[in-house]
Amino acid sequence: MSLAVSERNAPYWLTAPGLLVFLGLVIIPLGMTALLSFYDWGQYKGIVPTFTLKNWVEIATDSYFFEVFLRTFRIAIVVTLATALIGVPEANILNRMSPAWRSICMLVVIGPLLVSVVARTLGWALLLGSTGLVNQGLMALGLIGSPLEFMFTETGVVIALTHVLIPFMILAVWASLQRLDPQIENAAMSLGAGWWTIWRRVILPQIVPGILSGAIIVFALAASAFASPAIIGGRRLKVAATLAYDEFLNTLNWPLGAAVATLLLVALVAIIVGSNRLIERRYAQVFE
Amino acid sequence: MSHLVLEGLGKSYGAVTAVEGLDLAVERGEFVSLLGPSGCGKTTTLQMIAGFVPVDRGRILLDGGDLAAVAPNRRGLGIVFQSYALFPHMTVAENIAFGLEMRGIARDEREKRTLEAMALVGLKGFADRYPRRMSGGQQQRVALARALVIKPALLLLDEPLSNLDAKLREEMQGELRQIQRTIGTTTILVTHDQHEAMALSDRIVLMNQGRVEQIGAPDAVYGRPSSAFVANFLGKTNMLKGQGTGTGQVSIDGFAVAVEGAGAGPLTLAVRPERLVVMPAGTAGFGGRVKGRVFQGSYWLLSIESAAGPLIVMRGNDGTAVPVEGEAVSLSFATGDAALLKDGAAS
Repeated sequence: MSLAVSERNAPYWLTAPGLLVFLGLVIIPLGMTALLSFYDWGQYKGIVPTFTLKNWVEIATDSYFFEVFLRTFRIAIVVTLATALIGVPEANILNRMSPAWRSICMLVVIGPLLVSVVARTLGWALLLGSTGLVNQGLMALGLIGSPLEFMFTETGVVIALTHVLIPFMILAVWASLQRLDPQIENAAMSLGAGWWTIWRRVILPQIVPGILSGAIIVFALAASAFASPAIIGGRRLKVAATLAYDEFLNTLNWPLGAAVATLLLVALVAIIVGSNRLIERRYAQVFE
Repeated sequence: MSHLVLEGLGKSYGAVTAVEGLDLAVERGEFVSLLGPSGCGKTTTLQMIAGFVPVDRGRILLDGGDLAAVAPNRRGLGIVFQSYALFPHMTVAENIAFGLEMRGIARDEREKRTLEAMALVGLKGFADRYPRRMSGGQQQRVALARALVIKPALLLLDEPLSNLDAKLREEMQGELRQIQRTIGTTTILVTHDQHEAMALSDRIVLMNQGRVEQIGAPDAVYGRPSSAFVANFLGKTNMLKGQGTGTGQVSIDGFAVAVEGAGAGPLTLAVRPERLVVMPAGTAGFGGRVKGRVFQGSYWLLSIESAAGPLIVMRGNDGTAVPVEGEAVSLSFATGDAALLKDGAAS
């Protein structure tokens, strides 16, 4: 083997260990899950390694699954919108702070990620429960007569997920805000634009890539979230992730659980790739 | 009444004074440069005029009206930024039309004026181009067109040419001057580049550490610097130590010359290298010896150890014999070529 050939192959050899890990830990298990979704399952016979479309037909025909997936993506979309609506202005405020204050506030923003998911979610449960701080406070103020239902509702799940996922949106938007020309607002101002016009016509179009990448991360994490929906949503309010979990560990119907998991993955990838293409085409100039 | 008047303008950041006691009157159609090293307060001054930085002390009057009461987006000033600050998500035409749009000008009129502005800066046919697909020089033209299309009361240029390479910069200097002459907009240029300031301006305001050192036409400031700082900042200069005779004359090693404002006792004169005349020893003048000479094509640069201290002399390559190293020479200069430095023997 000549030196030139070995040098040309070097990148492959160097990336091989990483690729092997990726293959072993991600690709193979995913492939096996997909394969598992075509296996048969019975109460008494257990998992039978044959090829059947039974699980997929069940998901496609039973409106229960449709309802769960609809709820999953509804929650994910609302959470994505909420993180964008709160996160974009928040990133903007952070960007204008003095460096000292910014690092303190940045820590506060990242805070939710530093707390264990279970502790954080239980905290929300304590806060939002019918005898929780929020309800008691609102009742003490006389704003509501009876406790609002947060626990075991979509609203509660959305609040908890927004809280934990908002750092991803803020960090993504902040990164793109930092790439802006610091004089660009002054330039727009000198041409006669007020702050709202500057924000809408000059800043916002330029941070679309940041909002998009934040939205993709938030959407994917919200749609596949497990702990928050499991604790706040409870047994009744199922989403795709808790549904798959229950099929695996309660019903022990692994093939059906695998089908649910596979469908969630495929749907997520399709939605993300689709919306990504759409927005990139719309804002082609800022994506260069 | 002057078009733009700065009265005792001052700005502090905490304990640091960025600008202090700046007085300046700019006439309509004038091209004035704020020149100085970085940190001299020239950019802060520009930003106060633009309204991006609040004024701490003093007033800014435009056509007699105080600008303090006018929000930055209502001042109607055209500004070209060092980074150009073009809107990357808009085409050239959209960038230029933005200011007109903000003024609620109808589409037809907007398009007409955008095309005119593009023609003025030599960007015909670039309407649908995005800034990122253009060279630095072209982006610079877009920024200029965007600032000029709104027919600004003032054109403020913040180091507009510093991101261009030397050749392009020279080209743009000529063009900028010509455009400014054509439309006659009062212009304030902020720059640290002395050549740029001298090439472009009607008057130069030389600033140092937040204060004005000297204001005047480029040739006047260059020829008669009022301080050692000005003399050193604008081009190369020689500091000559001499004795004031008390009769309006200065004597150096027996060579006497009349200098405006000269008193008695030791003093320092500034004389430009191209104004010192080198003659063979024995001619009228003060003595010196050539330490070295460097050929520069169109001129020779001679370093001379003289009775007035070490000097640099620029000697045109005019075909006459140039003194060689070690040769004794006689130096002189004409009355108008020496400027008395007010800070005496400093530096």
